[in-house]
This record gives sequence, structure tokens and C-alpha cells, in this order.
Amino acid sequence: MPLFWLILAVLGLASVGYVLGRRRALQSAGGDSRKLHSLPSYYGFNAALKSAVPALLLLVVWLLAQPLIVNNTVSELIPDSAVPESSSRGLIMAEVRRAAEGLENAVAAGLMTEEFAGNAGADVEEISQRLKDAGQIVTSEITQPVMRAAQHYRAMNTTGGRMMSVAVLLLALVGCLWGLREVAPAFRARNVVENGIRALLIAAASIAILTTIGILLSLVFNTIEFFRLYPAWDFFTGLNWAPSFSGRGGSSDLGVIPLLWGTFYISIVALAVAVPIGLFSAIYLSEYASKPVRAVAKPMLEVLAGIPTIVYGLFALLTVGPLLMKVFGSDGLGWMQAGTAVMTAGLVMGIMLIPFVSSLSDDIINAVPQTLRDGSYGLGATRSETIRQVVLPAALPGIVGAILLAASRAIGETMIVVLGAGAAARLSLNPFEAMTTVTAKIVSQLTGDADFASPEALVAFALGMTLFVITLGLNILALYIVRKYREQYE
Amino acid sequence: MYDTTSEKDVDQKTIKFSARKVQVFYGDTHAIKDVDVDIEDKTVTAFIGPSGCGKSTFLRCLNRMNDTIDICRIEGDIRLDGEDIYDRRVDPVQLRAKVGMVFQKPNPFPKSIYDNVAYGPRIHGLARSKADLDQIVERALRRGALWDEVKDRLHAPGTGLSGGQQQRLCIARAVATEPEVLLMDEPCSALDPIATAQVEELIAELRRDYSVVIVTHSMQQAARVSQKTAFFHLGNLVEFGETGNIFTNPEDKRTESYITGRIG
Repeated sequence: MPLFWLILAVLGLASVGYVLGRRRALQSAGGDSRKLHSLPSYYGFNAALKSAVPALLLLVVWLLAQPLIVNNTVSELIPDSAVPESSSRGLIMAEVRRAAEGLENAVAAGLMTEEFAGNAGADVEEISQRLKDAGQIVTSEITQPVMRAAQHYRAMNTTGGRMMSVAVLLLALVGCLWGLREVAPAFRARNVVENGIRALLIAAASIAILTTIGILLSLVFNTIEFFRLYPAWDFFTGLNWAPSFSGRGGSSDLGVIPLLWGTFYISIVALAVAVPIGLFSAIYLSEYASKPVRAVAKPMLEVLAGIPTIVYGLFALLTVGPLLMKVFGSDGLGWMQAGTAVMTAGLVMGIMLIPFVSSLSDDIINAVPQTLRDGSYGLGATRSETIRQVVLPAALPGIVGAILLAASRAIGETMIVVLGAGAAARLSLNPFEAMTTVTAKIVSQLTGDADFASPEALVAFALGMTLFVITLGLNILALYIVRKYREQYE
Repeated sequence: MYDTTSEKDVDQKTIKFSARKVQVFYGDTHAIKDVDVDIEDKTVTAFIGPSGCGKSTFLRCLNRMNDTIDICRIEGDIRLDGEDIYDRRVDPVQLRAKVGMVFQKPNPFPKSIYDNVAYGPRIHGLARSKADLDQIVERALRRGALWDEVKDRLHAPGTGLSGGQQQRLCIARAVATEPEVLLMDEPCSALDPIATAQVEELIAELRRDYSVVIVTHSMQQAARVSQKTAFFHLGNLVEFGETGNIFTNPEDKRTESYITGRIG
């Protein structure tokens, strides 16, 4: 039974369970719903939940497990001798799947009978010829083991699918009957449904957490794999970043320090731009601006946060870079060789971060209670004295938190670096030189036809892990500072 | 009722604030209507009245705190020592240094106790040296009846004190700038009875040097601490006079109803 209809059937059973459960509940109370523990619809929902949830869960698990089991069994059927020297078992299995698919389509199109497609004794050449006639793509001549495996694969999938339909429908039916059996005036359907809903919410929350854990684990395992191929000491202390391009040379220098330095340097420049501008605009918006100005200016500033970073990258490449070249380039002071430099990327990234700093700081400054300002004004302080000596100290922990959050954004930024800072990994103090960051290198190591088993590709995971640890540390530090030094105001 | 001793008493005292025909508008709302009042030096004047009657609003006119509210508009004449405080030449910041204010909720700054008290003197440059400042802080804290409790932890945060201590810290902070008038907007409404008693004792002390204006919801408090009482109702100043007279022999029906608990 196709999946769509199967799901629909389960949902249909659930709705039948709802209607029957409701009716049965009313009947059991003699038509007087006041005698029931819960509202009649709760009895209906109880039956519906019991029929749909376990059945759909089983469906999901089955859909995940069946391909694994079938693949393993079929893979064992192919003898080692059938795997050519130049190929691998994985490629053969792909061929098996293709052939099985071809058979399926041919049968569906009516060009082949079911018996013929499943006939274990059928002539291989005849089958592949008929597959070709049917317009099914068969890459090479199908060999005997592949054909047998494909037939087996197809048979297993068909029976598996049938078994799944039966099992799921059966489970739905059992659940439905169970829910209906429970109906009695004293049964606390309301509480049971409440628990069911709670379980649903927990499941939604755990999916997010499990995904995070999954991402983390994939990073960890690949990083471990990388450190098996490349010494960790060289990675963390290496002053040179020079991956060999062939990917098989084995003579790559993969030192992370130049990349970390680039990341750090560009982030510092970005923060040096973003923090004063963002903070000052936050102070203006929250303390000086009149309501109409604020109503216009704040959303305008926040529009900056909505611009995709690739657009900022273009801005860096086409506007800021050439502008800096005019001043610091060979025509001007002669410090700059090309438009792509730490300065270019840092300035543009700083502009990108302004709304982060200003918007968060503005909220934090607004959260400082008016009574503190009144207290200061009441002592004869001016507005700027009040801001400097009362409002900002009170808001400082939150502002530090905002800055650290902006810093972790800066560290994770990629597109502006790719377009604005160049691709050369370099340890230099000159901000007008091209440098690159960890993120930009992750992109360049994984794009192109990289062999995913080589250290040159796997290093990306180690870089990602390093970055993850750094930004995680920054975020934890930010949270810690905000919590520890936050003044408690009602 | 005419009493010669009280008239003599009044004559001895100079008038600090004199307000004539004061009107306050919040947008379209007419919050204060035609208020005339004279506030004497070295006297505690209490403003009483039901919530929303305009007593806090009027108090905030006296040090131009209402300037910080955009929609607020003030008409009429308020003079401090004969000088119009709403005159163009008067800097509200300077005025507020002369007319200190203590608020309803204790609002110590997120700084140490010492820095809280030293805030005003530092801003106005009242201390010539560190020793001078230390002295000012100590004197203010002693006046605020807080010195003995905090002298060993002057550098602990002011927010760590108890509610009553915080309010006394705020009073000490206001006193440290050497104001001429002290405005108090329900200074005891967030305090327990013991802390209230301490603050009231302090107000009686402060009266020797300052003119104190206190807004209060508690009629007992007004009776205990003040010499003059003004009763506000719906933005009007209904009655103003000796505290004893107001509470024992009010002239206006509304005052009588309020103090006997029939309205408000």
C-alpha cells in the first residue's frame, strides 16, 4: 500500500476512534455528560491518540530500518568475486538498486509480467534487453549476481512494504479498540489526553536537542578521524597553512594558528567599528531620541540586520575595498596591495554588527528603571552625567553580553571574509594585508572535488570543531557575565 | 479660629517657595488647577489627598522634574526665594541641586554606599580633596541616621542594604548636595513600620536645617511629622494651613470627609 494511503488510513482509523469514543462515552453515562469524569470529546481524543500515535511511530521506525536491513542482506548475497577490481561494493550495490528500480518501473508500465521479473531462472541477457526496450536505463550489462541481487532486493522490499502496511494498520486498530475499551464514566480521559499532549511537546523539544547532539557528534567523530591522519600537535601549533591541492600529496601543512589569527584580527576590527557606533546609537535612541524619531530610526537600524551577508560581501568587494585602495593603496599611502584586506572585511563586518550591538543594548538600557534616572536628575545631574554614571553602569553587564554575542557572530562570519579579506592564510600585523579566517577555509577545503577521506578535507571538521568550542565558550562567558552582574530590578 | 502664637510663629519664618495660580497639563488632562501655596523654611509641609489628586505632580513642579516628561506643560508662577524657577535663565539642573528629592521607592544607584552618597558632591564639585569628600559623605550618612550601620562597609553595594536602609541612603544622598529644600514623594510607602519610624524621626531632624515637603498617603504620618498640611482633591488645593487645624477643625467639607475616611 503506498505510504500516502497508509497514513491516510491510520488517520481515518483515528477519526473513527474519536467519533466512536465520544459516542460510547455518552452512552455509558446514559446521555448525561455531567456523569462523566471528562468532557465526551476527551474520550474521543483518547481513542484517537492511542490509535494514531503508536502506529505512526512504528511507521517511521520501519521506514528507517527497512532499507538498512534489506541493504545488508542483499549485500551479503553478492560474492566477493562479483566485485571487480576497479570497483567497490558500494558501487555494485548502487547498480543493484538501479536494476531493481528498472524492474519495478518495467512491471508498472506493463512491459514485463510480475512472474518474469521475479523469475530467478530467467536469462540475464533477456531481462537486460527487455529493460532497455522498456526505456529503463541500465548502465552496463547486468551480470548474473547483480540481477539475482536486484530480484532479491525487489522481493524483500515488496514483502517488507506489505508487512509494514499490515503491522501499522493492525497497531492502529488495536490502539483504537484499546482506547474504546477504556471508556467508562470513571475513566480520567482528560488527564490521559493531557499526558499525551505533554509527551508530544517533549518530543518536539527533544528533536531540537537531539539534532544539536547529532551535529556535535558528527563533528567530533570526523575530527577524531582527522587527528588519526594528521598530528593534533601540528594542527594546533602549526604556523603555516598550506594544504596540497592534489589531496593525495600528504605533504600539507595544516596549522590552524594563521587562520585563528585572521579570524581574531578581523573580528577585532569589526568590533572596534561596531561597538562604539552601536553603543552610541543605542544611547541616542533610548535616552535622547523623541518617540517619533525612535519609531522610525530603530526599525531602520534593524533593517541592517536583515541584509544577507553575501550582499555585505559585495559591498566590501565593490565599494569599500576600492575606496580604501584610493586612500591606502599605491596611489595614496602605499600600504595596501589589493582591495581585499583585513581592513575591508573588518569595516564591513563592523557595519553588519551595528544593529546587533545597538538593538540589544537599546533594550538593555531601556530596562534600567526610570526611578534610577529620576534619582540622578533629582540630585541635579545632567542627562549625560546620568547616562555615564548611572545608566551605563547599571546596563553594563547586559551590554558586555551583547558585545560578546556580536563577537561570536563576527567569528562565525564567512561570506564577507571570502569576498572582502582574500584567501591567503597569513600571520601578519598589517591590517591592509589580505588574510583569511577559519570559516572561509572550511568552505574552500570542502568545495571542489575533495576526497572526503583525505586530511585536506577532514581538516574542515577539526576547524569547525575549534570554532564551535570558541564560540560556545564566548556564549557561555556572555551568559555568565549577564547572570552574575545583573542588578535585580522589579 | 485665630491664634496669636501661631501667627507669630509664621511671621518668624521666611517663605521658601511661593506658588501662584499654578496649572499643570498632561496633554489634554488638566492635572493641577489654580494652586496657590507658600512653603516655609525650616518647616515640614505635608501634601495629602486621594490618589491621582495631583499632589505628587505639584511636588515635581517644585524642582522641575516634570521637565523630563514631554507632554507635561506648566503655567503660573513658582518662586524660590523670590526667583521664578521657570524663568528662562534658570538652569533646571542647578535648581535640582538646590531642591533635593527623595522618591517613593528607594532607588540607590548600582554603586557602593560611598559612591551613592558622593555622587552629588562629585557632580557639583563640592569637595576639594578626597579627605573633604570623605567628610561630606560621613556627615551626610550621619544626618541620614545610617552612619553607624554602614561605616564598616562603605564600599559594599548600596543595593545590598535593606529597604529602610536604602531609603535612608537615598535621603543621605539627597542631603549630601546641601540642598535648601528637600522634596519627599511618599518616602515611606515601601517601608515597614519600624523603618517608617526611623525615616520619620529623620524628617523631624532634617527640619532644623531644611524646608521639607512630603507627599504622603498616611494621614497619621502627616499629623506626626508636619507643621503645615495641604489637602489636594481632583487637582485643586482644597485647604492649606496648620496641621493641627486641618486635622481637628477643617474648614472645607471635603477635607473633613477625607480625614474622617468618608472619601479617598
